[in-house]
Amino acid sequence: MKLSYAKHTLGNGLDVLLHEDHACPIVAVNVWYHVGSKNEHPGHTGFAHLFEHLMFEGSQHHDRGFFQPLQGAGATLNGSTNADRTNYWEVVPPNALELALWMESDRMGFLLPALTEAKFSNQRDVVLNERRQNYENRPYGLAPMALLAALFPPDHPYHWTTIGEIADLQAVQLDEVHAFFRRYYHPANASLALAGDFDPDEALGLVDQYFGTIDAGLRVGPVRASASLSDETRLFFEDRVELPRLYFAWLTPAMFADGDADLDLATDLLANGKTSRLYRRLVFEQRIATDVSASQNSREIAGYAQITATAAPDHALDEIEAVIVDEIARLAAEGPTDDEIDRGRVQAEAQFVFRLQTIGGFGGKSDQLNAYNVFLGDPAYFDRDLERYHAVTASSLRQAVAQYLDPLRRVTLSIVPRGRADLAAGGSTLAVVS
Amino acid sequence: MTARPGPVDGRAVMVDRSRLPEPGPAKPFTFPSIEKSTLPNGLGLWTVTHAQVPVVSLMLLVRCGAAADPPGRDGLAATTADMLDEGSGDRSAIEVHEALARIGAQFDTDIGSDAIVVSTTVLSRFTDRALALLSDVVVRPALRESDFDRVRQLRLHRLTQLRDVPGAVADRAFLKLLYGDHPYGHAPIGSESALTAMTVDDVRTFHASAIRPSAATLIAVGDCAHGEIARIASDAFADWSTGSASLSGERSGDEGRAFERSAESRALPRSPRLALVPRAKAPQSELRIGHVTVARDTPDYHALVVANMILGGQFVSRINLNLREDKGFTYGARTAFEFRRLPSPFVLQVSVQTTATAEAIHEAIGEIADIRGPRPVTPEELALGTAALTRGYARSFETADQIARAVMQLALYDLPDDYFVTFVPSIERVTCDEVSRVMTRHVDPARLLTLIVGDPDAAGANLARLDLGDPQILLPETF
Repeated sequence: MKLSYAKHTLGNGLDVLLHEDHACPIVAVNVWYHVGSKNEHPGHTGFAHLFEHLMFEGSQHHDRGFFQPLQGAGATLNGSTNADRTNYWEVVPPNALELALWMESDRMGFLLPALTEAKFSNQRDVVLNERRQNYENRPYGLAPMALLAALFPPDHPYHWTTIGEIADLQAVQLDEVHAFFRRYYHPANASLALAGDFDPDEALGLVDQYFGTIDAGLRVGPVRASASLSDETRLFFEDRVELPRLYFAWLTPAMFADGDADLDLATDLLANGKTSRLYRRLVFEQRIATDVSASQNSREIAGYAQITATAAPDHALDEIEAVIVDEIARLAAEGPTDDEIDRGRVQAEAQFVFRLQTIGGFGGKSDQLNAYNVFLGDPAYFDRDLERYHAVTASSLRQAVAQYLDPLRRVTLSIVPRGRADLAAGGSTLAVVS
Repeated sequence: MTARPGPVDGRAVMVDRSRLPEPGPAKPFTFPSIEKSTLPNGLGLWTVTHAQVPVVSLMLLVRCGAAADPPGRDGLAATTADMLDEGSGDRSAIEVHEALARIGAQFDTDIGSDAIVVSTTVLSRFTDRALALLSDVVVRPALRESDFDRVRQLRLHRLTQLRDVPGAVADRAFLKLLYGDHPYGHAPIGSESALTAMTVDDVRTFHASAIRPSAATLIAVGDCAHGEIARIASDAFADWSTGSASLSGERSGDEGRAFERSAESRALPRSPRLALVPRAKAPQSELRIGHVTVARDTPDYHALVVANMILGGQFVSRINLNLREDKGFTYGARTAFEFRRLPSPFVLQVSVQTTATAEAIHEAIGEIADIRGPRPVTPEELALGTAALTRGYARSFETADQIARAVMQLALYDLPDDYFVTFVPSIERVTCDEVSRVMTRHVDPARLLTLIVGDPDAAGANLARLDLGDPQILLPETF
């Protein structure tokens, strides 16, 4: 199984990845900038994401909204920011490929002359509303703030969330936007992928024409930081919720590092879906939880695994905790069954094939090529990525669980209904979240 | 204008940034063609060959949804749908899911007002096993009492949790106020009292009467041929009997149309102009503004789709540009005609910062009123809205799952086979005058219900100047 591509590097260092797929008359344009909230600093959080919003507000030669001409040409488009990268994409009919390249190159090369205090202040308000909608006004919405702050030390760039702190967003000044753009938004820190129905020579010519003259800019060095947990941290806070919820989190290997795929499969077999061990015990048999889920969240310089379960009415988080601890210990001691390993393997294969179905958007083929290129410098990594999952054995998975899902180096968080601090898991202290 | 030389094949070319490149002629697109047959038991089989990736999407549509919940049993259709994968024959729920996991299947059950859809996407080499499993869950679910007790309990817990989700509170209260006791007046999940009163026999009866081959269409899209799917499906669904009993839920043939006529004739309640569900100290107000309007089969469908695009159906719509890009009140605002088989809601939905509640409502209602005539759609807006719908249309047919969902719309709303081919010209025929006409005919600012889920003190300030009367206060326990 392959995700084929051709890679070119323009004179200014911009990586260009081309993947032809003529099945449907559409082309995906996907740009990654290797910058995210981990490039921020305490007191200035939320900035990378706020900046992403400004990229849709017009650039020097098209000083109007970014959406209008593209939607008028039949495009769909969006962008997103996470801890490690910012991406922007359009999916356009083939006849609008040049338009999309014009627009993307104009904001890569000429954003700042169009940036005004009014746009900046408007998008700051929009982002504060995004934060209210997706975090503050949502049940359990502040959990990521508490977990990340407890897992990573204050000077580690995964200590804060990508949406950022309210006070930081309110304090940020327009001149910081200029400095940020100059430092991170240029060809030497970007990767462009095209996928879909286009002629590669023609497309490369257009890319070179529109992007080739943009100044390379400085290369951005890697962010270095380390984190470790030496004991268990037990926290709780009150929220506008009906049922208490328990979170466990551990520090784990970074994306693509040894143990990452093992923990991805381990969290699946522990708590994802009705076949998982914890669903069976907590929800199906004992009925003490209403839901349970888990994930290995692998990021560029570190990862964290998480298990989440919500208590059924009249059941204590301590009961749920005991079952989770027991199931992890059993997996660490005995490892998975052959059937679990076989299922994990087939599911990984299916998920990788499903990923080949779409050229654009979040997670489409163009986005995957950029991910492999930006994080590994190797867009050909698709099939080796699947290999990582096929290489997982019962013994490697068992070892990863034993090593990383350690009950003594863990964050335990309870979110309980207002006024019901007594429902938090035993021994928890109040976490401050905002 | 900025023009800079750039090297391509050693030649210097000028980049013209003085104007945007004009798209050239569009590439032709061949829409998926549907092959149809009917199995002896009446099950419709529709397939589309789409062989780009070795994947098959299977979708079983049953034209019977939450609108068929019997009186006092709100949530029965959804509970029945939820019970389908809770064991089959001798297999437990977990064994059913282990079988799905062994073939790496993605599996989903969806429920709406008018339909239940059970779908799975698999690697094409597992098509036969996936069809057998699909048949097991839909035709031969175990429907055991102990599983029912657990599923019902989980759904009751879910209802409890939804009391704290502002969007879910708003959706449920809005439907209740718009539709009352009409079949569309409740969300598929139902109510606490109805779920508490429900028994496993209700589920068994509903399954036997509503989930029948004559009300169903099996859709298969992917790396597969019609004949092959027909052969496997004939086998897998052979013992699905046509059944005899009929609930109000049966939704095919004459009985189905009779059900719809009786539902349609049920009077809608007189909605208040303004209602508020208190959520003390909420940082945002969750808003719904709308009323009941026409059904999916309206001849004005295409004109309403274009009108909605311009009003609130895309990023550059009037309402989003106003509330987000001009005022910064929200992360995003949108409107939709939520088309169904019976008269359907038109609704604007948005979460706004609490302090801006009254002004956001004023602006939103103003935009809805203005597009009907006072500030009619301009030719530029029409061109943009139309182009956004037509030029990107091919994009909706990229994956097997997308095609299956598009085809499902034809089956659910009785649309003709050439529907996809005629969509673009039908949209392109819409004029500015027609947008004004259909919005005047089908949307009435004086009838709009505005619902707020938010802080009664802070959001409530300035509501009086909206001239919508005192808000009717609803408590989350009452709907």
